[in-house]
Amino acid sequence: MKRIRKAGKEEIQPLFRRFRIVFHFCAVLPFLIFTCSLFCAQPVLIGSKKFTESYVLGEIAKRTLNEAGIPAEHRQGMGGTIILWEALRGGQIDIYLEYTGTIAQEILKTERQLSVQEIRDALTKTGVGMTEPLGFNNTYALVMRRNEAQRLGIRTIGDLRKHPELKIGLTHEFLDRRDGWRPLRQRYSLPQLNIIGIDHALGYAALANGSIDVKDAYSTDAKIAENDLVSLVDDFDFFPKYDAVFLFRTSLRDDAIAGLHGLAGTLDEARMIRLNAEAERTKNYTTAANLYFQNAVGSTVTTGESFWQKLARWTLRHLELAGFSLLLSVMTGIPLGIVASRGGATGNMILGFAGVMQTVPSLALLALLVPLPFFGISVRTAITALFLYGLLPIVRNTASGLQDIPRSLRESAIALGLAPAARLWRIYLPMASRSILSGIKTSAVINIGTATLAALIGAGGYGEPILSGLNLNDHVTILEGAIPAALLALVVQWSFDLLDRILIPKGLRL
Amino acid sequence: MNALVQLVAVTKRYADAPALHPTNLSIERGKTTVLIGPSGCGKSTLLRIIIRLIAPDSGTIDFDGSQITAANIDILRHRIGYVIQEGGLFPHLTARANILLMARHLEKSDEEMRTRLSELCELTRFPENLLARYPLELSGGQRQRVSLMRALMLSPELLLLDEPLGALDPLVRASLQKDLKEIFARLRQTTLLVTHDLAEAAYFGDEIVLMNEGRVVQQGSIIDLRERPANPFVSEFINAQRSLAVL
Ligand SMILES: Nc1ncnc2c1ncn2[C@@H]1O[C@H](COP(=O)(O)OP(=O)(O)OP(=O)(O)O)[C@@H](O)[C@H]1O
Ligand SMILES: [Mg+2]
Repeated sequence: MKRIRKAGKEEIQPLFRRFRIVFHFCAVLPFLIFTCSLFCAQPVLIGSKKFTESYVLGEIAKRTLNEAGIPAEHRQGMGGTIILWEALRGGQIDIYLEYTGTIAQEILKTERQLSVQEIRDALTKTGVGMTEPLGFNNTYALVMRRNEAQRLGIRTIGDLRKHPELKIGLTHEFLDRRDGWRPLRQRYSLPQLNIIGIDHALGYAALANGSIDVKDAYSTDAKIAENDLVSLVDDFDFFPKYDAVFLFRTSLRDDAIAGLHGLAGTLDEARMIRLNAEAERTKNYTTAANLYFQNAVGSTVTTGESFWQKLARWTLRHLELAGFSLLLSVMTGIPLGIVASRGGATGNMILGFAGVMQTVPSLALLALLVPLPFFGISVRTAITALFLYGLLPIVRNTASGLQDIPRSLRESAIALGLAPAARLWRIYLPMASRSILSGIKTSAVINIGTATLAALIGAGGYGEPILSGLNLNDHVTILEGAIPAALLALVVQWSFDLLDRILIPKGLRL
Repeated sequence: MNALVQLVAVTKRYADAPALHPTNLSIERGKTTVLIGPSGCGKSTLLRIIIRLIAPDSGTIDFDGSQITAANIDILRHRIGYVIQEGGLFPHLTARANILLMARHLEKSDEEMRTRLSELCELTRFPENLLARYPLELSGGQRQRVSLMRALMLSPELLLLDEPLGALDPLVRASLQKDLKEIFARLRQTTLLVTHDLAEAAYFGDEIVLMNEGRVVQQGSIIDLRERPANPFVSEFINAQRSLAVL
């Protein structure tokens, strides 16, 4: 028997055919990009913590390897010690910069001062290698405004005892560290009660405008000189030594390990402060890293990517993150919504699960996924978090769209003798299409915004400039990410309005 | 025995109350049987049980000699047409797509469908140029004609009509009544029609089935009901409708 397709010109193709075309289109693009990014190249991955010095040294390591002909990538500003350590152990990164004091206290969890050799022996057991110290000690320090310190006669940490009224702003990491605030306060019997937790870069602004009087800093921090601050003398020798070293997986290729060892002993404190200052001045870590090579070997300067290249890279990654996660949300959300529309215990469970997923703050969802096997610090994790996050609007709208179909029409479809699958495809889903599409649209717009957080775990996208701008306290850099993200959300919204006209059957738009 | 459908001791109860007491009913081939009775007496329930939108609690329903079960109902539904008061047209499909929905699903040939469609348009006096419209672009009477065409598309042996004219204004209703009666006669269509209007029942019904509170009270011609009422309710029901008609 001949298949009937065109009994009249106004008979547009059955809806599911049109859905399929759009599905294919949506599916192919991000998938290609995704697989390509997974399989095309296997470069050495360098991680860095979320502060200037770590970024700069990450860039130095990258260029060192590149010049040795080893492909390397730098995942900038991935987070704090534990995140990077777990990423290194889990193999999501191969190299990152750490400090001996941090290794002893935070990773090996010991109160003793360990020698470099002791630390190396302990790390080897976990499959991690360590270079000799790079040459500078970046210990913690407490800093104050110079004029304020002079006025109050404060020179040492011990002097703080005389001024319980001072407001102290500390990074969250310092507040929690075993060699951080609590033991420090005990050791010096500090009386201050007015303690707040604040981001490192924002803390300098708070110090400058007087919202806080004392904050923690790193002794090689360029901001100390720049903001006319003084470090208080650690008269009890409380802070351990924080010699900078590179940690690497012992399974890393030999030439890369040799390259890292070559960096040992090449950076003293003065030089590191200069590089940090250069990074803050130019707002460009690559430029600062290049300064290291200029002085050392006088090689040519590579200026890095142009803004447009970066923008293209961010946009592509952002689309990949949001697009792929949206696709997953659609592919699982619609079937789940169909099941949920039938109500009952299963339906309530599905709606409950999707609802809970959305109440978890997106940042927390990312943080919760990172320690799980398979996830870790990766694009995969970001996409999974976004996918879970985007599920609710689609599930809920699919379910309510289907439930809103009048009983008389459901019964007409049954009484006609249409099989259940045909009822769903030809009648129920098209009738619910408006509601389903608006759920997808909501999910897409949320995803574009939330995807900026993916940069926190080094997954890139528009969050990358936003994060580094936040770190540098540089509004222009923040806007370089924020404006395209907002524009993209608008474009997506607009495209969906267009898609409505194609996908929602005309009979429902009258 | 010339019954197309035979209900034997069919019952149905909803959570709080019985909707159908044990009910027997036979629907004769080629005739129009009219179900009539006060609101809530179980007319729609009976129709919905035949097409198995709801399953009976007990009793059997035979269709063309074989019992209707959950297993064979899908096939049998292709042999039964069903029209409800609001039409039940799908708003996202044009009139044509609504009518052809099942035929396409069963992969009938283009040619066959085109011929059948023109036949139906002529039969129901529906202008072919309106076939491209969506249900929302049609009047109530036009919608019911489309709904009827959809029900008749596969030439069903049985046509179930649940107050098909209930929502129409009197003029449209009168003209559709006339057309329907003509159609039934031409097709020699076995029809079970629900109405609560005695005049309509008398106009259509070869056989009238009067129901009350989930039971069949009397079955026969309008003359039978008028001249030989089975109990006081029958005369009461007929007189009530008569006095209304006088108004
Ligand atoms: N889903 C349901 N749940 C509970 N009770 C119901 C349900 N459907 C119908 N009933 C009840 O069953 C009885 C019969 O209903 P039915 O719809 O068959 O009446 P009807 O004769 O078609 O009335 P009308 O002329 O008003 O359409 C009514 O009392 C009604 O309230
Ligand atoms: Mg009814």
